[in-house]
Amino acid sequence: MIFATVGTQLPFDRLLLALDDWAKKNRDVPVLAQTGYSSQRFIAIETVAKLSIAEFEAHLASASLIVSHAGMGTILSAAMMGKPVLLMPRREDLKEHRNDHQRDTACEMARLSNVTVVEDKTDLHSALDIALANDFAPVTMAPDGEVEMLETLIDEVRDFVWAQQDSVRSGPVLKKLVS
Amino acid sequence: MFGWKAAKPVVLAVSSGGGHWVQMQRLAPAFDNADVHYATTDKTASAQVSEARLHIYPDANKETPLRLIMCVIRLAWIVARVRPDVVISTGAAGGFTAIKLARLIGARTMFVDSIANVRGLSVSARLSVGVADRVLTQWPRVAAVTGADYRGAVI
Repeated sequence: MIFATVGTQLPFDRLLLALDDWAKKNRDVPVLAQTGYSSQRFIAIETVAKLSIAEFEAHLASASLIVSHAGMGTILSAAMMGKPVLLMPRREDLKEHRNDHQRDTACEMARLSNVTVVEDKTDLHSALDIALANDFAPVTMAPDGEVEMLETLIDEVRDFVWAQQDSVRSGPVLKKLVS
Repeated sequence: MFGWKAAKPVVLAVSSGGGHWVQMQRLAPAFDNADVHYATTDKTASAQVSEARLHIYPDANKETPLRLIMCVIRLAWIVARVRPDVVISTGAAGGFTAIKLARLIGARTMFVDSIANVRGLSVSARLSVGVADRVLTQWPRVAAVTGADYRGAVI
């Protein structure tokens, strides 16, 4: 199954219509899309406006391929699950977002071994054709050498949470006494 | 020696839904052993954190001024109720608002900008510089040209 998501804040019909066009030619491949604010009608894909977080995670987990705007929630979750994801960044000039940060994000995230960035319908269709031809083979994620970055950040936040906790609670006088 | 020295810090973790929330969940181990409350915009987050510790506020941005006012009022109420020692946010507008409000009651505050902001700080992060005690970016090159620090990333 292909699971597609474009977030729930702004419409992104360029991606959804392109996916629908592909699905029309590949009727045996089930596609479910979380469409957010879309007023379009789709022919060959099943749609839902908004999923709960738990439902969303469940669909990500059961999908063999994820098609998404360049939103970090989907990218991070897909990376954790080792799922292949096709990213189409939203473009400011087409009024798909308030700015162009998704293009920058996609550019950086293309480095992840499970991520393929597509710019338009043609790109998307060829990436989908390739995935289908390979029977949606799961990606082998590169060895996770970047766990360290997460540990570093968690440590920093934890240190901040606990910093000065003792001195705040005991007050300046006591602090002087114990130092 | 003094029992109250070991008091748990009360943490209020504030984030919008979607990717902001996913990033906050990645940081959750940092709150182990603390007294943590979450504030977010998607009530279905109750599947992930206990409902008693979950506070919901309306999603808003600078293009939805009315909702922004509702968001500020709701966050003020949440901050007043939770009385956090520490506020951590992974964005966006609501996170900055909570930090601003929490400063009024003397909480220590940290804004972690989304990893999506690869070339510069988000508006909320820029606003947080000089207001929050700490502003972190998840990209070294953004840290190099802004007032934010780089200390790792959620990926």
